[in-house]
Amino acid sequence: MNRYPVWKYVVIAVAVAIGLLYTLPNFFPEVPAVQVSTSKATVKIDAGTLASAENALKTAGVPHTGALVDQTGVKVRLADTDTQLRARDVLQKQFGEDYIVALNLISSSPTWLTAIGALPMYLGLDLRGGVHFLLQIDMKGAIDKAADRYTTDVRSLMREKRIQYGGVGREGQNVVLRFRDAAERVKARVELEKAFPDLVAREQDAGELRLVATLKPEAVKRIQDGAVSQNITILRNRVNELGVSEPIVQQQGADRIVVQLPGVQDTARAKDILGRTATLEIRMVNDDPGALEAAMAGQVPFGSDLFTERGGTPVLVRRQVVLTGDRINDAQPGFDQRTNEPAVHVNLDGTGGRIFKEVTRENVGKRMAIVLVEKGKAEVITAPVIREEIGGGRVQISGRMNTREANDVALLMRAGALAAPMEIIEERTVGPSLGKENIERGFNSVLYGFVALGVFMCAYYLLMGLVSTIALVVNLLLLVALLSMLQATLTLPGIAAIALTLGMAIDANVLINERIREELRWGATPHAAIQAGYERAWNTILDSNVTTLIAGIALLIFGSGPVRGFAVVHCLGILTSMFSAVLFSRGIVNLIYGGRKKLDRISIGQVWKPGPAAGSTAR
Amino acid sequence: MEFFRIRRDIPFMRYALVFNVISLVTFLLAVLFLATRGLNFGIDFRGGTLIEVSYKHAVDFGRLRGAVDKLNLGEYQAQAFGSSDTALIRLPLREGLSTAQLSEQVMGVLRADDPTVSLKRVEFVGPQVGRELYESGALALLLVIAGIVSYLALRFEWRFAVAAILANLHDVVIILGFFAFFQWEFSLPVLAATLAILGYSVNESVVIADRIRENFRKMRRATVTEVIDNAITSTISRTIITHGSTLMMVLSIFFFGGETLHYFSLALTIGILFGIYSSVLVMAPLVRWLGVSREDLVKPEKKQLTGEKILP
Repeated sequence: MNRYPVWKYVVIAVAVAIGLLYTLPNFFPEVPAVQVSTSKATVKIDAGTLASAENALKTAGVPHTGALVDQTGVKVRLADTDTQLRARDVLQKQFGEDYIVALNLISSSPTWLTAIGALPMYLGLDLRGGVHFLLQIDMKGAIDKAADRYTTDVRSLMREKRIQYGGVGREGQNVVLRFRDAAERVKARVELEKAFPDLVAREQDAGELRLVATLKPEAVKRIQDGAVSQNITILRNRVNELGVSEPIVQQQGADRIVVQLPGVQDTARAKDILGRTATLEIRMVNDDPGALEAAMAGQVPFGSDLFTERGGTPVLVRRQVVLTGDRINDAQPGFDQRTNEPAVHVNLDGTGGRIFKEVTRENVGKRMAIVLVEKGKAEVITAPVIREEIGGGRVQISGRMNTREANDVALLMRAGALAAPMEIIEERTVGPSLGKENIERGFNSVLYGFVALGVFMCAYYLLMGLVSTIALVVNLLLLVALLSMLQATLTLPGIAAIALTLGMAIDANVLINERIREELRWGATPHAAIQAGYERAWNTILDSNVTTLIAGIALLIFGSGPVRGFAVVHCLGILTSMFSAVLFSRGIVNLIYGGRKKLDRISIGQVWKPGPAAGSTAR
Repeated sequence: MEFFRIRRDIPFMRYALVFNVISLVTFLLAVLFLATRGLNFGIDFRGGTLIEVSYKHAVDFGRLRGAVDKLNLGEYQAQAFGSSDTALIRLPLREGLSTAQLSEQVMGVLRADDPTVSLKRVEFVGPQVGRELYESGALALLLVIAGIVSYLALRFEWRFAVAAILANLHDVVIILGFFAFFQWEFSLPVLAATLAILGYSVNESVVIADRIRENFRKMRRATVTEVIDNAITSTISRTIITHGSTLMMVLSIFFFGGETLHYFSLALTIGILFGIYSSVLVMAPLVRWLGVSREDLVKPEKKQLTGEKILP
């Protein structure tokens, strides 16, 4: 009666085998590696890249212990960290600008395991160390900036069309024009709506003749979406500068971006480069005689701002923005072709180039300032003199710069070319030593808890306790295999959830064993007791697991960060425990007792019976 | 071994009033502490910066404070964390202070003061995130309650659902009461632990409810009180062993899991201990008090029987 059909044993065996297979990679230690990847869509990483990497290492005489190529890039395993550094230098030279060569740790599990997709568990930042940022994009800022840009564009349009206007400026998120003549206003409105289809112009007569241009809702939406994607692109580029092996840059919600940099040791630099939530503006320097002195004395002239240049020199800058950072396509350090001095080459987009040409023609001999605005604080990166009219959108900034400064300026300009300001609203940094400690602590809590539990179960329920303990081992195995398979992020609370889930999973076995004892107490035969014990307990197990699962799912939906890690493991653990505690443990019991026709006792510990015959046992 | 040798059913229901009074008093005390002291929310909810640093030697807090004071950050806390060579610095949220750079500044002065210092962890949570976590925590709690109540109502009967959720919410409030009384830090993992406990304790009520239903079928002549007493008595051994097992695991987390999981496992421990009490001695009297009868449960017998056939 207590026998399983063959297929059930097969199911159990297959499940355990798959469990073992996918748990296996977690036992191999991680080895140093160098990873070659790319962020550019045009660059392909394939077997050719792998071959050239291996060749380069061979030529340089750097031994490696294996190389492979997968969707994240080429990975080369190395014996120790010294060779790792040497290999990185070799590969960096070999591959150059288009590739990212990063240090990494990869599992030393054999290639055939990796080939079937059996990877070690994906450790969260709290276990492997690294930086997690949540950045929020200032959408109001993005719209304000768009309005600023339109203000400048509208002004040049009015000039181009020779329309008489009294003034133009931004009020909130609107562009407001003032007129003396109503006819000019009508003309302006027609031209404006023709030139800028994203704007709606409304005439207003509040004491003066005004024309208020507002962004259409769909344009606002487009700007917001654009701000997110542009910021993601910029963050990816910045992250690439850091040379991180498995960075994550993802949109979260409508206006947020998550950045995760696992294994980053130099968190200060990462934060410095990422946290530079800056915007770039090009403005004219106010070099009127005496103006700077007056400003420094506290009398800042109207329409100007007093900033300091990097290095501390004060500069007086006109408030009107000539160009904003989003007109800049690229900024790269390089050398002046004539003088061979370090320089920064800036590439502007079409409109930017046109404006720049106009401005430089009118201002030869004057200075312009490149201003980096970071959270309301402005800093002048550099203030070069305009030597001649610059057309074509290709600008070169040179003079008074060494190579490092040119690098810095280019980096800052690229960093500043952001569509919208961002702010770090959440940060979690975990040092590498704490990561290791956390793994150890998590492992120890599971281990010692497990041992205590196993010893107790075996002592209290004897053979049935041993079965329960084996079922618990299988539960752990399946859970780890499932986590490895799904590549769900394992965090420290996640490890705690493993421990907790195991502690809760034993409930099913306790229920079953108690029920069997109870049946025996009431005088059932051992076979009937096993049968009834499992059957009666099943309902209860199902109900109680469903309620636990409800709590788990709620946490999964609403949890973030560490809680999510907890919830994922908790939910998966409930599912695996249903299998192991009921199906698997019954299978073992059937194997042990099922074959015996005459079974007169079960090894489940003492079964106490009330009444005069108390103390008689069914052992 | 057999720990529980119970000859006759224990008349739990005779003392129902006593248990209800005890529960009510603990519950009211917990509410009182929550109201007067409030929860000591961690930076997850309140926002702020937390920096964990470790030294090669025991932390000299005088020097550490002296170094951090140079930054003029206003009010902050510095305390030992786990071992004597680790310090935790908490900085409250402040308007207009660039937080990304804040931890660097602090590390900068600490490093200048003592080069053996190393950064273990930084957590910064902005005000908007904290508020959201607060809201989603409350939503998660509501979802759990609604989910459990509707599942139990579907599976058993509304009286069980109501009794079970009341009994277990009383656990949640008591856990929170402990956190309020001792001013332990209430962080996200603690919230997770609380919700997990809610799901877990309901297990207990489910087991007893199951047994009550079964007894209504088997013990045809028995009164409701007898049925409930028998259900509790016959499951008590399982209740205590199960909770003991889970508690073993949780204590293992408590002792070996380190500081990060300290309050998490503490919340679980309290939850498990009170869970035993509440699901047995609060839920059952509540069920009786709500007036459960044989007819309520035995009527849908046919349907239940087909449901029970999903056997392994």
